[in-house]
Amino acid sequence: MGKFKVIEIKQSVFADNDRRAEELRAELKEKKLFLLNLMSSPGSGKTTTLTKTIEALKDQLKIGVMEADIDSDVDARTISELGVKAIQLHTGGMCHLDADMTRQGLEGLETGDLDLAILENVGNLVCPAEFDTGAVKNVMILSVPEGDDKPLKYPLMFSICDVVLINKIDVLPYFDFDMGACKTYILKRNPNARIIPISARTGEGVQEWTKWLKHEVELWQQ
Amino acid sequence: MHELGLVTHVVRTIEDLSREEQLSEVASVTLEIGEVSGVIPDYLTDCWNYFRAKSELLKEAELKIEEIPAVTICETCQKTYSTLEYKKICPHCGSESTYLLAGNEFNIKEIEAC
Repeated sequence: MGKFKVIEIKQSVFADNDRRAEELRAELKEKKLFLLNLMSSPGSGKTTTLTKTIEALKDQLKIGVMEADIDSDVDARTISELGVKAIQLHTGGMCHLDADMTRQGLEGLETGDLDLAILENVGNLVCPAEFDTGAVKNVMILSVPEGDDKPLKYPLMFSICDVVLINKIDVLPYFDFDMGACKTYILKRNPNARIIPISARTGEGVQEWTKWLKHEVELWQQ
Repeated sequence: MHELGLVTHVVRTIEDLSREEQLSEVASVTLEIGEVSGVIPDYLTDCWNYFRAKSELLKEAELKIEEIPAVTICETCQKTYSTLEYKKICPHCGSESTYLLAGNEFNIKEIEAC
């Protein structure tokens, strides 16, 4: 073993990704392009929420969507039917997107004249929270059937989100979902989180959410 | 699946460093993993063995894992305690205003290379 020398590295494995994410954010600022990272568990209504968001904003903002999925292009097809550009990113079995994969996705989206790029991250409440994608804002969707205790079970995800959308509020009467308790759990982990209850199906609350998003895009572009 | 993603980041960091330092062979890689980092060492080792076989630089590199105990500090009484044993509520004063001091690490500590 004499020929080998010990090289001390002492570096967090996430530090490298964090640096690449900061670089990407600086470039996005330069290009006046707002990148939104949308996260949730599978089946929370991410694609339906996205559809309603695009319908509300597509006349005011130029929008592009990146759908991250382990396989299939079902979601990208649904989104492109709305008349906005959508591409599918296959993660090849990986459970999250990192800053470099996001950068490649943006190149594929040809973002030249876009105002808003939305990254629909892999359906998962664990791994996407650990990797900064370079997004300007992080938003997650929690749906009523998942239960009001999720902020306690996945604290990291709730602690990094700027907005938590509580979706499917139209089915509240059929579930033991305590909205007050859920909000308390979220704010305990993240006092700065903005919580917006919505129903993507009926459209309730969606306006408050799209108003927030449009305002943030305008702030970023100033 | 989570460990697979983490290993790709470890591999990339070491490959970048090896280019800078002109290293051609890595004998071992030592990681520091916190008790509550959510990383499972056995899965990580399996993923490592899968990756290193495909790399000229890393094919002989043994993965060494050092575990870092999880410690929580209480903001109210300023005492520390074992996170695994008592979770979020301080065993000294019952306060819930506590935060993790150590145990969430996932670091590359050092490598042996030439």
